[in-house]
Amino acid sequence: MTMNTEDTAEITCTVNGERVTRTVRVRQHLVDFLRGELQLTGSHLGCEHGICGACSVRVGGVVVRGCLMLAVQADGAEIVTIEGLTDSEEVADLQENFVARNALQCGFCTPGMLMTAAELLASGRPASREQIREFLSGNFCRCTGYHAIVDAVEATLRQRLEG
Amino acid sequence: MKAPRFSYVRAESLEQVFELLKQYGEDARILAGGQSLIPTLNMRLSQPAILIDINRLDMLKGISAGDGAVRIGALARHAEVAESPVIAARLPLIAAAMPHVAHVAVRNRGTFGGSVALADPAAEMPACVLALGGTLVVAGARGRREIAAEDFFRGLYETAREPDEILVEVRVPTEAPGTVSVFLELAQRHGDFAIAGLACHARIEGDTVADARLVYFASEDRPRLAKGAMAALAGKAWNDGTRAAVIGALTDDLDPMTNLDGGAAMKLHLQRVLTGRALDAAVAQARAA
Ligand SMILES: Cc1cc2nc3c(=O)[nH]c(=O)nc-3n(C[C@H](O)[C@H](O)[C@H](O)COP(=O)(O)OP(=O)(O)OC[C@H]3O[C@@H](n4cnc5c(N)ncnc54)[C@H](O)[C@@H]3O)c2cc1C
Ligand code: FES
Ligand code: FES
Repeated sequence: MTMNTEDTAEITCTVNGERVTRTVRVRQHLVDFLRGELQLTGSHLGCEHGICGACSVRVGGVVVRGCLMLAVQADGAEIVTIEGLTDSEEVADLQENFVARNALQCGFCTPGMLMTAAELLASGRPASREQIREFLSGNFCRCTGYHAIVDAVEATLRQRLEG
Repeated sequence: MKAPRFSYVRAESLEQVFELLKQYGEDARILAGGQSLIPTLNMRLSQPAILIDINRLDMLKGISAGDGAVRIGALARHAEVAESPVIAARLPLIAAAMPHVAHVAVRNRGTFGGSVALADPAAEMPACVLALGGTLVVAGARGRREIAAEDFFRGLYETAREPDEILVEVRVPTEAPGTVSVFLELAQRHGDFAIAGLACHARIEGDTVADARLVYFASEDRPRLAKGAMAALAGKAWNDGTRAAVIGALTDDLDPMTNLDGGAAMKLHLQRVLTGRALDAAVAQARAA
């Protein structure tokens, strides 16, 4: 990272497997960078203060709130957005279950839900419905009432554990 | 909303942090996990001149056990504390409390030091550190200081740390064999900040509570050690009489504040209910051990 002026800095990071170098404003958060600079508009912004989870992205292998991390902090980091997660087919089964069970209506929360659920699925550990709800407790959905989302995650988990 | 303008420095050494803190004082803000700081910037509730990002300072990382205490580096993430075998084995109170802290994504980034330094009155970790009699280690250009938890939490988001100091680590005495820990809280929704909560660490011998530390949080401006209730409990068998005495003593120990979650009377009531549940659980735990 090189500091240009006080307001901007040059960063290099890997986004969905591609190396990118850009000059960013230091006050810009990661999702504004992903959406505005890289046109990766799958990460959504609901509240911009950590409450809703629509902005969830994977940084350094774990899910984080993209609105609570500065783009400049992502220098050197490995970032995966919903676009990358989809292309890798890591959650293709989960996405199919979301469709099958109507686990989305407007779809605004869906990328964040998938990014978060992906971490639960990747752990390879079984989880009760209660634990699934707990795991997703930081992601708001204003349409579905959550039940169908829990169904979809539970079904995917079961299918994976049964191999 | 978007954050206001600020300058940003990624600190490369503690000395650089000391220097910047000395130079900017209250206009500088240390950026750890950012899970509390960045929301306040995005909502424009705070407008620091400069953010000092400490995320690459390796000496602030890690959790380790030694000489009767566990060292938790300021930058240990909540998720790391939650998964740590050292914490699970030596600090069961903290292990029990951690699942109540926020949600997965916030725990992946938020830090132990950030939580303690911020001193949110509804936060779990300050209450645990106080219940276990931990020590906060702060450092600055003027040197290093160790501050007992009892002297550290001074009020609403107010601590004994000076603006030119950084919290570097927290040392928490290993829970002694024969002691039990219970952590209880009430929140509107899993992962939300508590409306009432209690961190309890006790030594129970047979049916007698030899000694207990009770720390209440989320009901007033800081985590509160309930000295009256602790005195009412010490050396007593846990029965209906003791229960009434302990719950009665809480009226003097606590001075709950009304906030959006509820009124003072409701908070006092909830803390009393939690007290009964916590001691029932502590006695049951001791019997099972
Ligand atoms: C949706 C949501 C829910 C949450 N729920 C809970 C909850 O239930 N319980 C809970 O306890 N917390 C909760 N939090 C807050 C979270 O735990 C934060 O991670 C934590 O309070 C602050 O840690 P941080 O590392 O993110 O600190 P930051 O946000 O980086 O910093 C917070 C403050 O502490 C200062 N600071 C940070 N580190 C240091 C240091 N080493 N030395 C001196 N000063 C320092 C900063 O300058 C800043 O003023 C929640 C947050 C969100 C977004
Ligand atoms: S936009 Fe990040 S949590 Fe709502
Ligand atoms: S589907 Fe509309 S917010 Fe979840």
